[in-house]
Amino acid sequence: MSARLWLTPGLALASLVAIFVACLLGSTPLGVDRVLAAFFGGADAGDRLVVWSIRLPRALAAFLVGAALGLSGAALQGLLRNPLAEPGVLGVSASASLAATFSLYYGLAVVSPWILPISAILGALAATALLTFAAIRTRSVVTLILIGVGLSSFSGALMSLLMNMAPNPFSLSDMISWMLGSVANRSFHEITFVLPFLIAGSAILLATGRGLSALTLGEEAASGVGLNLRNQRILTVLGAGLATGASVALAGAIGFVGIVAPHIIRPFVGHDPARSLVPSALLAGLILVIADIGVRVIPTDSELKLGVVAALIGAPFFVWIAMQRRGLND
Amino acid sequence: MTDLVVKDLSVQVKDATLVEAANYQLSPGEFVVLLGPNGAGKTSLIRASLGLERASQGTASLNGKDAFSLSPIERARQIAYLPQSRPLAWPNQVRDVVALGRFSHGAALGRLKPKDAAAVDRAIEACDLSHLAYRNADTLSGGELARMHCARAFAAEAPLLIADEPTAALDPRHQFRILDMITAFVNSGGGALVVLHDIQLAVRYASRLIWMKDGRIVADGSPEATLTPHQLETIYGIRARVDGLRIDMDGPL
Repeated sequence: MSARLWLTPGLALASLVAIFVACLLGSTPLGVDRVLAAFFGGADAGDRLVVWSIRLPRALAAFLVGAALGLSGAALQGLLRNPLAEPGVLGVSASASLAATFSLYYGLAVVSPWILPISAILGALAATALLTFAAIRTRSVVTLILIGVGLSSFSGALMSLLMNMAPNPFSLSDMISWMLGSVANRSFHEITFVLPFLIAGSAILLATGRGLSALTLGEEAASGVGLNLRNQRILTVLGAGLATGASVALAGAIGFVGIVAPHIIRPFVGHDPARSLVPSALLAGLILVIADIGVRVIPTDSELKLGVVAALIGAPFFVWIAMQRRGLND
Repeated sequence: MTDLVVKDLSVQVKDATLVEAANYQLSPGEFVVLLGPNGAGKTSLIRASLGLERASQGTASLNGKDAFSLSPIERARQIAYLPQSRPLAWPNQVRDVVALGRFSHGAALGRLKPKDAAAVDRAIEACDLSHLAYRNADTLSGGELARMHCARAFAAEAPLLIADEPTAALDPRHQFRILDMITAFVNSGGGALVVLHDIQLAVRYASRLIWMKDGRIVADGSPEATLTPHQLETIYGIRARVDGLRIDMDGPL
């Protein structure tokens, strides 16, 4: 019981600490005193630049992206009643990054800074809507995951096609960043343009969380206890699409964190989808902030991509959860 | 008084007529058992009566309001619905599952208002689940799960209850226990419509029997009036001898 009480505040505190630590570490480590000074406007201009323009926005971006994915993952798992549902596995992230790349490739993104996030969100919404439609028609979890795999592969193939046709090495490396996922060089400017969508999506998911609890009973019984199933589906899809799309617009496709976080959280909240939403978001944000610190600190010739690290940790976890479910007949 | 009045209700899906011109009424104080062979259209009749499925003809009205146009919350406050039970998606705590019965009253798990918590406690008590309240549902036996689902339905404290095969796959003792709970609900002023496959149990518990075959309601009346060898022959295609409310089944026709 006390674990439940402390879960959310504890994770929030840990996230703040991790973001602060992310400001300390890097190619030139800064001391606690220098970072604190930079935060409050003291310190020299160099320190302020490093903290405010490089490290803090990057850590915040990692946290926001993780939180959006954790929240979307937890909500989609509740809606589809399946612990393997997640924007990455279901091909939602891939569709969003395809749409984003497309808008970059054809120069649409130059027209307005809003075009890129909106494209990513439309890609995410299209994929989520398709999956929900499929989920209504088939009750099989396996079928749904396979559709997600198909969607991922298809988006991947179209992405490769775009890369084949990439006009110059610069846009090629840009596209690779989208596919692999990274929060390197993010600024507050970019965060500003995805934040409204992220907040809107999260608000929708949090407001409709109670319906996800009812869905534990199955769709028929959930309608019986008073759930408007149609609205619930539409709102969860919309919320997850907005949040995932916003995260992809900020960082590209980062997989698996949306599976790992809710899976760890569920036992602490009595396996209730509604109560898993906020802690899952916080934990996923925390995981990505820590993973991104790792990316920056591990000495490699060219920097590791955050999405690659997330997949290296998350994919085996995914396989492990899938194997745990072998006994269930769905 | 809340009652469910079904008039000339038909359900048609593509070319198949699942329910044809059904008429019946469910009022508080009644224990109605819906009988009929597999595929008779019992579940379709129930779903259309609740307004979960659109009727092709006729009406189902709850307190004089068309059931199909009721919002899910309004409906849930009038009728608790226990569909054929499906496995839970997650291994929730028993008390949380029962608390989901309060959904239409705005209850959120983990933050129950005193009124909701009291209703949940009463339902848990009524279904003899107190010692299991904090167990995870995936550790329960079939009989305990059935009681949990009953408690979930009772927690709504709706005046009417519709249950689709609540005793399926239960041992005799648990079948009795579930039906005793529903009887207690009826005695305290509720009205219940229950689908059963065990004719002997149905006769024993029901105040009224509705007999269904091929989408039609063939008979509707007290067990004494409607339980006849002829009825068992036409509805189920079995040979049986009836002595008062005792049935001896001899086999298929």
